[in-house]
Amino acid sequence: MFETLSDRLTSVFSSLRGKGRLSEEDINATAREIRLALLEADVALPVVREFISRVKERARGEEVSKALNPAQQVIKIVNGELVEILGGETRQVRFAKNPPTVIMLAGLQGAGKTTLAGKLAKWLAADRNTPLLVAADLQRPNAVTQLQVVGERAGTPVFAPEPGNGVGDPVQVARESVEHARRNNHNVVIIDTAGRLGVDSEMMQQAADIRDAVSPDEILFVVDAMIGQDAVNTAQAFLDGVGYDAVALTKLDGDARGGAALSIRHITGRPIMFASTGEKLEDFDLFHPDRMASRILDMGDVLTLIEQAQRTFDEAEVEKMASTMTSDEDFTLDDFLQQMSMVRKLGPIGNLLGMMPGMGQMREQIDSIDDKDLDRIQAIIQSMTPGERSNPKSINGSRRLRIANGSGTQVSDVNGLVTRFFEAQKMMRKMKNGGGMPGMPGAPGGGGNRKKAKAQAKKLKKGKQRSGNPMKARQQEAERAAERQRRQEEGGQQAPQLPPGLGGDQPKLPPGLGGGPNMPDLSNFKFPKK
Amino acid sequence: MDITLLAAIVIAVVLLTVVGFFLVRTQRPGKPGKEETTPEATGEAAGATAVEDRERDTGTVRTPPAQAPPATRPAEPAEPELESPPPSAGRMVRLRARLARSQSSFGQGLLNLLSSDSLDEDAWEEIEDTLITADIGVTSASQIVESLRTRVKVLGTRGPDEVRTLLREELLAQITTAADRTVHTEPHGDRPAVIMVVGVNGTGKTTTTGKLARALVGDGRSVVLGAADTFRAAASEQLQTWGGRVGAPVVTKEEGSDPASVAFDAVSRGIEDGADTVIIDTAGRLHTKTGLMDELGKVKRVVEKKSQVDEVLLVLDATTGQNGLRQARVFGEVVNVTGIALTKLDGTAKGGIIVQVQRELGVPVKLVGLGEGPDDLAPFDPEVFVDTILSED
Repeated sequence: MFETLSDRLTSVFSSLRGKGRLSEEDINATAREIRLALLEADVALPVVREFISRVKERARGEEVSKALNPAQQVIKIVNGELVEILGGETRQVRFAKNPPTVIMLAGLQGAGKTTLAGKLAKWLAADRNTPLLVAADLQRPNAVTQLQVVGERAGTPVFAPEPGNGVGDPVQVARESVEHARRNNHNVVIIDTAGRLGVDSEMMQQAADIRDAVSPDEILFVVDAMIGQDAVNTAQAFLDGVGYDAVALTKLDGDARGGAALSIRHITGRPIMFASTGEKLEDFDLFHPDRMASRILDMGDVLTLIEQAQRTFDEAEVEKMASTMTSDEDFTLDDFLQQMSMVRKLGPIGNLLGMMPGMGQMREQIDSIDDKDLDRIQAIIQSMTPGERSNPKSINGSRRLRIANGSGTQVSDVNGLVTRFFEAQKMMRKMKNGGGMPGMPGAPGGGGNRKKAKAQAKKLKKGKQRSGNPMKARQQEAERAAERQRRQEEGGQQAPQLPPGLGGDQPKLPPGLGGGPNMPDLSNFKFPKK
Repeated sequence: MDITLLAAIVIAVVLLTVVGFFLVRTQRPGKPGKEETTPEATGEAAGATAVEDRERDTGTVRTPPAQAPPATRPAEPAEPELESPPPSAGRMVRLRARLARSQSSFGQGLLNLLSSDSLDEDAWEEIEDTLITADIGVTSASQIVESLRTRVKVLGTRGPDEVRTLLREELLAQITTAADRTVHTEPHGDRPAVIMVVGVNGTGKTTTTGKLARALVGDGRSVVLGAADTFRAAASEQLQTWGGRVGAPVVTKEEGSDPASVAFDAVSRGIEDGADTVIIDTAGRLHTKTGLMDELGKVKRVVEKKSQVDEVLLVLDATTGQNGLRQARVFGEVVNVTGIALTKLDGTAKGGIIVQVQRELGVPVKLVGLGEGPDDLAPFDPEVFVDTILSED
């Protein structure tokens, strides 16, 4: 797995602590790292070049050399520039004065046009529109059937006069569909076209013919977030061939960093309007530039984590989880087991840790984490009796042997688990009492205590020999993460508006960049490198 | 709810980390020694975990125990055959022609650079950039450039032809692998060869399955198709259309049924009918969806109850960027991918990601897809691939 940009920059800048200014060399080193990060995120090369020169320009300025933490400052600049390029004006769907509004989808094969058509229809229908899906993909076998099924799921009628599989004229279908929509009072027409390549002049001509036949109000270019350097060519070819007004980015639920979004926006100037984030028809939303920026930079994405959790859990489950955390009763192995299974629903544990800002420096350790270990832990706990689970102190030697036999593990494994669990229990108890983590002083107010954090980090380093023992380092990091989280929670109670939910117009915080006084700044938690 | 939720999750994750991983780390050193004293009943499980731990200790890529048996199973004797349906020669020519269309500018630009009079720092950087533009990846690109640089310096060559030879060798070295590039489609004994087609959404799995079936039928084989994509709307109909064109029976079930059972039935049908090859088309899934990846693992396990799986083809889209490597890695971990089918190579995309995939994972590219036509599937030939990249027409 790649290191995050933030890690790299930190190492670049670590050599220049104490210097007043950034030298040209420092800036070049920084630029190289940013370039690498962007290229690994699949941002197209020409875009990277231009972007770097802009960032360089700004990095030479005062804001960086005067900043306490130049690495963070540079990242802030990069992030800001990214958001600026990605964002621009936010676009809404333009509705025609005289219905029906015609929306045409175009893109490469397999970009996800048909699925997106269904999602778009459902999304529009939620706003009291009456969309009509049009099957103008007569090329791919059974694309028409697929659209019909999608339409059925979305509760939207589908206009499919031709059977497809190479039979019929899509231009004709598109033309008739508008008439059909007018007759049947559909105010939006969504035309799903066949996937085509930018170099296929015949097919591009066909797309242009469809466009001319229906004069769509919006043409959406549908593109896969996983696309690489070719994004530029394809985007340009489609712009020249059919032209489009906006872009829809699909398959954002994968772990592709989606640099294509930046490339396309930069090259064509067309805004990215929609983001599609899953296989269900509901997994569809307007595009959030700030989230994309952090994603491209791989800065850890708390918002994604929240969203993922919201999708996976219902409210009752969350409530239950939260209540075990805050209740006065002692934390038991049962609670632990339950939480473990819930968290595991979110995906591999390494991914989750990776999504948390500040965990980037532990990339290596995170990579070595294997979910199979969790299986073993689960097996151990499940081999215990209910009594043992609620009162782990009762687990004596013979019980340990039984548990080890029952779960197919060693007695030492069970020992380890029980000991660790007691530690965790202690930690939970302290947290519930509001006393903060073991080894940490009471919760400091908010941000702005950089010195304190630094001193603390130093102390920890000295006292616990961080580099010698990765496990301890992990624990420290984990404790800090929890601590940070707890503080965030406190902050949240004071200002519930702070973390942006799904609602569109709340201010968005760039994760890891510290958006407000209550949001701990990432820089507070920089650890000395091992 | 956000805050509570987040806090709850983070705390839970932290707890997991604290409790879980400490356990794992602390237990490890004592493990192998204790193995002998392990009671009979737990011997196997402990053995498995010990193997796993040992693997991790040496820093190699981990293979989950569930996948270990297929990995260590002796590979069946390599068949020298390659399914090259008629007209095999025609396919190569077409591959050449199409690649030429999409990639000449790539190779051309490189050569112009290389044969320019002065190869200065900028020129080398530009060469590297050109490679990056082909999705070859930053690491591979800089390595290619580095070694090309050394060789040009050592040999003192400047002539376009010599430089071209060097570049060709360099690119070839990147995509050459000792691994066998044949697709194992020969039946063994009374059992058909079983091929699984896997990949993320929209890369062209169903189309590749259809084309492959067609190619095999063209070679006079009997093929049974299994429509184990029970998720996507109309996926089985799409496969049926392909099957219908060449007269290959397609085993399907209604949408939403268990893909493993469809795959199992397809293999059973293949055995009953005495078919030569069974090709199972699976649903597209993002490698980040654990549940879906588990499902895929199950499909393979269930099929293995009936017959061994000879090939697991990962379908990669040529337009895929650096994410392709992660896809290949995760799919490899779950179902032990034996080959890659690179699709949509007829566009402007260069498919450079395969260079990285092959370097890092050693999984060879076996097939290339070159378009929507039913016969647009060809065996991958690195020489043709590279030659075409470098061809001047």
